[in-house]
Amino acid sequence: MKWWIAFWNILLKDMRAYYLKPPNVSWGLIFPLAWTGMFFIKSGSGLESVLSMLPGVVVVSILFGTTSMLAVTVTFEKKGRSFDRLLLAPIPLELLMLAKTSGAILFGMANAFVPIILAAFLCDLSQTTWRAAIPAIVLIAVTSTFLGLFIAVSVSEVFEAQTFSNFFRFPMIFLCGLFFPIERLPVFLRPLSYVLPPTYGADILHGAFSANNTMLFAIDFCVLGAFCIFLFAISLRNIKHRWIL
Amino acid sequence: MKDDVVSSIAANGLAKRFGEVQAVADASFEVLQGELFGFLGPNGAGKTTTINMLTGLARTDAGKIRIAGIDCTGNPKAAQHLTGVVPDESNLYPELTGFDNLCFCAALYGMKKKEREGRARDLLGTFGLADAAHRKFAGYSRGMKRKLTIAAGIIHNPPILFLDEPTTGIDVASARQIRQLIAGLHRAGTTIFLTTHYIEEAERLCDRIAFIVLGKIVRIDTVPNLIQPIQERYVMQLAVSNSEPTLHDKLAESFPHLSFRDLAQGLIRVEAGEPVRVGPLVRFLEDQGAEVNEARRMQPSLEDVFVQITGIEADAMRREKEKKGGGGP
Repeated sequence: MKWWIAFWNILLKDMRAYYLKPPNVSWGLIFPLAWTGMFFIKSGSGLESVLSMLPGVVVVSILFGTTSMLAVTVTFEKKGRSFDRLLLAPIPLELLMLAKTSGAILFGMANAFVPIILAAFLCDLSQTTWRAAIPAIVLIAVTSTFLGLFIAVSVSEVFEAQTFSNFFRFPMIFLCGLFFPIERLPVFLRPLSYVLPPTYGADILHGAFSANNTMLFAIDFCVLGAFCIFLFAISLRNIKHRWIL
Repeated sequence: MKDDVVSSIAANGLAKRFGEVQAVADASFEVLQGELFGFLGPNGAGKTTTINMLTGLARTDAGKIRIAGIDCTGNPKAAQHLTGVVPDESNLYPELTGFDNLCFCAALYGMKKKEREGRARDLLGTFGLADAAHRKFAGYSRGMKRKLTIAAGIIHNPPILFLDEPTTGIDVASARQIRQLIAGLHRAGTTIFLTTHYIEEAERLCDRIAFIVLGKIVRIDTVPNLIQPIQERYVMQLAVSNSEPTLHDKLAESFPHLSFRDLAQGLIRVEAGEPVRVGPLVRFLEDQGAEVNEARRMQPSLEDVFVQITGIEADAMRREKEKKGGGGP
């Protein structure tokens, strides 16, 4: 059995059927643009604030892009029973779910580069540590996608996936040090920040763009990697227990 | 079972419970290589749950499953390359064309591009869908969707095929064409596990049939063996109008050697161990104020066996299902 053929075709099918559709392409462009514009105007501090806002906008773009898509590519297909077709194929479940999530990971990464490209026109990115920023963007996209997968397999309706996503996404904007340093949060909220994966991704990006990280990159990468494994494993477990009844 | 014949599907003591409902209880059967095995039962009898357990879409609570000799209990992936599944609902991708749907399904089984495109074109031709090959699946009629779903189930040439109610809810012409295709696959040597609620369909197509009621298999045999015990019965059907509600009881009282069964739309089925004399019956009915429009001698069929074994009226079962899906054989 040539698994790569199945893997590649699942990814290709999702790309054609979902990700490369005009509404999603425009979502991928408009969403980061709106966030960038909103924070730029709100800060009122001119172009020098772009660099400090950029990590937050990048993380938010990835987070919303990936988690929104999983509700469609997984929950919607499960609801319409076309997902059963994948479960009946002779492909290991792990590989199948990697194929289903690869499109979202690529979509999240593409979303991340929209604000970065915009920022390149507004400020100097020559001091950016790309060796840290690029792997961080990949890991943030993977973690966010697996968070979206965890949400998508925990519910049975698309609208439930969307609302359940917001339960995670909106608090993350404020709790993960994206736009406000964690140190400025009330003491009782700070532990919460450290159990949310975007905290670590944002910390790497703050370090990569403006040398403003609070933790060692190695710790950030390890924790993000651990979140990836944990979220993927728990999603697979949920599929086996909730979908294969 | 003969020792020299290979069993393609073997289920031993399968059981599945959903909360309070025992969906399948201690189901055991074997389907031989190249056999067309019918699984017949009313709605909620456990047909789809059984297929789901056999194909890996549901876990078993108990029992063992072997597909083509491979032990799949707890590891359904082990034999999925040998099976094709046509679910009871057409579940292809609405946003893809018919051709793309078939190519995608073939890719899931590792078929290379040239091979899967050729096979997809062949199947679209066989199923009379060549003209609609590049139309989106969402725009297909119900019959076309069903045919494409079956084509998707056999795109990888599986030696074992599970067909869950393939003709439910589609027009007569499409159902007829699908039955011809199933018969063709059977002739070509594919082992087919067919669930249906159309008794005539099962009678016409299947080598052996299992009756399942309330999750339990109540009888498995060949069609001739199932029908044989009732072949000596004499069956007559009367079409009666203007009858009173108490007519059935009066008939049973006056003709104790006959058994009566009320069917839909004023039809009364009369059964006996000896030839039924029409004259006295018609006179009695007319004396009761009923009008006899037709009296017809019937050949005992699998439907009679089904009713005898399960106690369920086949008509009622069909109507209930068609309320859900429409169409018929």
